[in-house]
Amino acid sequence: MSGVSTVPNGSADGPRQELLARAAIDRSCRAPVLLFAGSAVLWLLVGSVWALLAAVKMHTPGLLTSWEPLTFGRVRPVHLNMTIFGWASMSGIAVLLWLQARLARARLPFPNLLIAGGVVWNLALAAGVWEISAGHGTSVEWIEIPLFWALVFAAVFAVVMAASLTMFARRNVAHVYVSQWYLFGAVLWFPFLYLMANALIHAGFTRGVTAAATNWWFAHNVLGLWLTPIGLATIYYLIPKVIGAPIHSYHLSLLGFWSLALFYNWAGTHHLIGGPLPAWLVTVGIVGSVMMFVPVVTVGINHHMTMVGHFHRLADSPTLRFVVFAGMSYTVVSVQGSLTSLRSINEINHFTHYTVAHAHLGVYAFFSMAMFGALYYVLPRLTGREWSSARLIKVHFWASAAGIALYWGPLTVGGWLQGLAMNNPDVPFLEVMTGTVSWLWGRTAAGALMTVGHLVFAWLVARMLLSREPAPAVAAGPEPAGEGA
Amino acid sequence: MNRAFWLYLGVLVTVVASFMGLVQIPDHQLRGLEPVTDEQGVERPVRPEGGVLAGRQEYIGLGCLYCHSQQVRPEGFGSDIARGWGMRRTVARDHVWDAPPVLGTMRTGPDLANIAVRQPSAAWHLLHLYKPRLTSPGSLMPEYPFLFTEQRVELERPADALSFPTGDPRPGWVIVPTQRARDLVAYLGSLDHSYPVPEVRP
Repeated sequence: MSGVSTVPNGSADGPRQELLARAAIDRSCRAPVLLFAGSAVLWLLVGSVWALLAAVKMHTPGLLTSWEPLTFGRVRPVHLNMTIFGWASMSGIAVLLWLQARLARARLPFPNLLIAGGVVWNLALAAGVWEISAGHGTSVEWIEIPLFWALVFAAVFAVVMAASLTMFARRNVAHVYVSQWYLFGAVLWFPFLYLMANALIHAGFTRGVTAAATNWWFAHNVLGLWLTPIGLATIYYLIPKVIGAPIHSYHLSLLGFWSLALFYNWAGTHHLIGGPLPAWLVTVGIVGSVMMFVPVVTVGINHHMTMVGHFHRLADSPTLRFVVFAGMSYTVVSVQGSLTSLRSINEINHFTHYTVAHAHLGVYAFFSMAMFGALYYVLPRLTGREWSSARLIKVHFWASAAGIALYWGPLTVGGWLQGLAMNNPDVPFLEVMTGTVSWLWGRTAAGALMTVGHLVFAWLVARMLLSREPAPAVAAGPEPAGEGA
Repeated sequence: MNRAFWLYLGVLVTVVASFMGLVQIPDHQLRGLEPVTDEQGVERPVRPEGGVLAGRQEYIGLGCLYCHSQQVRPEGFGSDIARGWGMRRTVARDHVWDAPPVLGTMRTGPDLANIAVRQPSAAWHLLHLYKPRLTSPGSLMPEYPFLFTEQRVELERPADALSFPTGDPRPGWVIVPTQRARDLVAYLGSLDHSYPVPEVRP
């Protein structure tokens, strides 16, 4: 436990050497990280189209029904897979690789293999959503893509894992910063979860309700042990980096990490409360969910207390604005998640739009906002170019922030009312259904606002990546501004 | 924290522990479950075969589970039983043949665990799939026109043509279900979990 580290890359080197080394590391990341990040943004756009289509179909079911690939039951999983395995995972991998390189102060290894991996990942995902659209999806939530393509993802993931662990092994720093623990966890946890879930459910090693338990063990851990650690690693890195102050407490970060590792794993079966599983199995899921208060509160204190006294920096740093929004959302979504796992609450919200709103709070308000913030920080450092418009970044932030707030709030209320009505046997079911329609229109409006944000973001990224002006040499000069580095 | 070994160990042990706890132990506990045999000597649940199995595949391929659950919650937890969605709660045994089961997590539409008991008419289901709002005004279910073909009436009306309460939508033409539609309806007609099981006292 020597070298208590509370600042990412606290350095003893002289500034000149430091900058040279940093520029070399960024150069090594350039092509693979830009490929993953650029692909992520494309999937975000396509995923938003499918999201809007699904949202509209929920209140206007007669829309585009004659062409089979656009039936609601396919549009919805296509949206999920594009956003989770396209946008979220690819932006996550981009940020993970860059962060690990920066934190380990090691160059990114296997660049060509990683570039090939990025191309293959895109092709596998395109093939996967094609299969779902064609009716070959598995209808196992979060594992809808057929087994063959899942194995292709796993192969690419092996390369990402090898690159990340190699940098970790070659680290040129005395201490291991908290973000690295989370990144380390993420690259080891996800392939295990993904392979096990696919093998057990799709390769026929299990049947009956055990498959359902496996399904939710996996699906909840996609958020818990893959996206969450990357999101938290990003926040832990960027808040102190931008404000130039250390993390509030090293010991709290230690507690936060290990309690997450210990408890998040077990939370998944809360998706099956009231279902046909052994009672103990569901109870374990509830206990795991409630115990999540420990990491959530410790991480929350650590992030929010670090910000105390620095909130004025939100005005000038877009990265900070996105990342602090993400950190606060993490606290809200996790507290909501723990409460939602309680039987008395779950009795009402289960099977309703409330859960959909909750899932978007996690993947969007927390994870996606953290990735937006990270990409606003990382891309100028890799391209050597500035963002072309501070005003458009503001538009993106407010469209996304207001969009997810308008998505989550009303849909949560609407879902809760839906649950209350469903649990009252005197209300005919058709009335339960029609009662949701006005809330579903609200969801579509909020989704449209979020999509506006994505279009602005994609425009900014495209201008940066496709600019014809030669990029200034990223040599030993000071880091590109836009952010205090 | 600088001891990479403890990081490796901790990260692996935690995830393997949850895998054992949430996947392997339940698998061990439930692996031996068998169907029950009812008074007529029929195994329940009935093992899906032929058209029913093909229909289950349609149910999966069309993504029906994104709006319909197939699990009745216990008495006193929600109002599934009071709504008539089942006589008893769903138990693990009801899904012994399903790999994987389609329990679902959303009820935009009603639970279907016992739809065969509640709505045994195949003609109703076909009409409902073709135009949900004909049978259920205000429903949010999409139409499935691609599961049907439109045919000109030559001499006599095909036996399986849909009969609309307000007459055929296009005079001289009839709507005929495809094999896929018939399979899907056969599957829905198999969803009957009303038989008694030892786990739930009547």
